Amino acid sequence: MTSVDSSWTLDKILPSELDAGHAVIDQLMAALETAGWMGRDLFHVQMAIEEAVVNAIEHGNKRDASKQVHVIFHVFQDRAELSITDQGNGFDHHNIADPTEEERLEQPRGRGVMLIRELMSEAKYNEKGNSLWMLKRRSPDESEDGSSEG
Amino acid sequence: MSTYRRINVIEEGGVSIVRFVDKKIVDSATIEQLGEELNSLVTVDKRNMLLLNFEGVEFMSSAALNKLISLNSKVKAAAGRLKLCCLRAEIKEVFTITRLDRVFDLRKTEEDALAAFKL
Repeated sequence: MTSVDSSWTLDKILPSELDAGHAVIDQLMAALETAGWMGRDLFHVQMAIEEAVVNAIEHGNKRDASKQVHVIFHVFQDRAELSITDQGNGFDHHNIADPTEEERLEQPRGRGVMLIRELMSEAKYNEKGNSLWMLKRRSPDESEDGSSEG
Repeated sequence: MSTYRRINVIEEGGVSIVRFVDKKIVDSATIEQLGEELNSLVTVDKRNMLLLNFEGVEFMSSAALNKLISLNSKVKAAAGRLKLCCLRAEIKEVFTITRLDRVFDLRKTEEDALAAFKL
């Protein structure tokens, strides 16, 4: 088998603190770089996970010290699967205002979920809206890195 | 004159050129401080011709974008002009996706941006 099957996994329960969130994001980014991710794909994952983790801590759990965030990250050479679950009340992800509409364009909020959906290959919330699963498929031109698969 | 920790500011031809200290604008305390410093450029120092030079900035979250939107409102209220330059391709893509490229005047180089202030 090729090294595509090798993966890095992190399964961790975090307190509702941004420092703890950024610590696991740093771990994720390091794992992606180790797996050969770079450039645009790496940036997209960083942007999406940053938005997701901050949303979970600030909007989901509202920084409530009694609540936690469960993150599960799987990194492969060709894809990354990330899930983030908070203990908040969720939100209506079916009816999110479009931040690109003219009247909302200059509002200083409301772009996180849109960016997640645009930058990741797939992004799905559970019905309640307190759990997000995201998939990023690595771009072929970046994952092959000029080498032949034979 | 305010003291800034998250930005460096130089004057050139009536334009305040702002460069960012942080490569990654992601930490919430940093973003809050950055927002306050950018706003005070306009409200305290009364500068209203601003060029934000993003050279060296590798990453910024949407919370940082929000601070730029607030700054833009303050500059417009002060009858000033705000331009951005030297964004790495990935950050520029974020402006495009969010259509904020319609709100901000994005220029490729500092020279382009400075020239645009004279138009």
